[in-house]
Amino acid sequence: MSLSAQKREVIKLDQLLTILNNQSDSLLVLNFWATWCKPCVEEMQEFLRIEQELENKKVRFIYLSLDFKRDFESKLVPFVNKRKMMSDVFLLDEPDYDAWINIVDPSWQGSIPATLLLTPNAENRHFHEGQLTYPELKKIINTYLP
Amino acid sequence: MKKLAAIVLVTTCLFLVSFTSDKKGYQVGDDVSDFNLKSTSGEMVSLASYKEAKGFIIVFTCNHCPFSVAYEDRIIALQAKYKAKGFPVVAINSNNKDIEPEDSYEEMIKRAAEKKFNFNYLYDSTQEIAHQFGAARTPHVFIVEKQKSNLILKYIGAIDDNTDEPEAVTKKYVETAVDQILAGQEVTTPMTKAIGCTIKWKK
Repeated sequence: MSLSAQKREVIKLDQLLTILNNQSDSLLVLNFWATWCKPCVEEMQEFLRIEQELENKKVRFIYLSLDFKRDFESKLVPFVNKRKMMSDVFLLDEPDYDAWINIVDPSWQGSIPATLLLTPNAENRHFHEGQLTYPELKKIINTYLP
Repeated sequence: MKKLAAIVLVTTCLFLVSFTSDKKGYQVGDDVSDFNLKSTSGEMVSLASYKEAKGFIIVFTCNHCPFSVAYEDRIIALQAKYKAKGFPVVAINSNNKDIEPEDSYEEMIKRAAEKKFNFNYLYDSTQEIAHQFGAARTPHVFIVEKQKSNLILKYIGAIDDNTDEPEAVTKKYVETAVDQILAGQEVTTPMTKAIGCTIKWKK
């Protein structure tokens, strides 16, 4: 994966909906997190480790930050650069959370971290609310890898 | 063999029942049980101790979570507006202090003093009350109405629709719900969801 391909953008709901369609031939691992969320940052280490291990597999990671929009340049971008994150990182600027949480998953209470796995064309899904450990994440990914 | 299968089945069912009831908590319309928790004032506080109240705005919150901090002034404002109308705010911190030291009882006392909290800020040290309610994040609001000897749950969810910019709020979910209860009307939006910090459960 070339470094220049990584996106760091503020997105809106329509772009999230496009992501949720997962029109690709890869498994999508969509992680909801924020720089201020300690369990998210802890979990992130494990995600980045697994991401490296699976570099040649059909799996794609997207990190969807719920940091406030005003913290994009000051907090999110420096965090992402420091960790040398290889995948796309988006900040979802949709403060009316109730309007979209159920679209991601009806069982989601809204706490982060939360992770959604989507198979190609979103045919199958797996949602997890809460911090995942390395073996847990690895097991779920292996279950759904195309 | 049949006997073994039966035991396995029963055990599985018991596990599932305990798991789902634990995870789900109260639903709107449920009769809520009272609790007795220690306030930052040092007193034990139960809902029954509020003799004049018509109901309660129960807020699961904490010290450390930026989303809770963002709502502190609005929670103070809710108490200022609704205590006199019979719906006081009762705030509860259920985070485990070993996971999040900033949310210890001692830190709660400090935060309550710094921010001059005008409501009771209670410590759910065993996390039993958060489990009972099904609180998942901070802040997470539960509005209950006293009906004779019952405490009926009327609303579960967010305070309003904009955490970061109070001036951009368009839907004041909690205020609308309490106003509707006070007017004897149905709560039109009895449930909302919001992003928040996960409650720090004991491991």
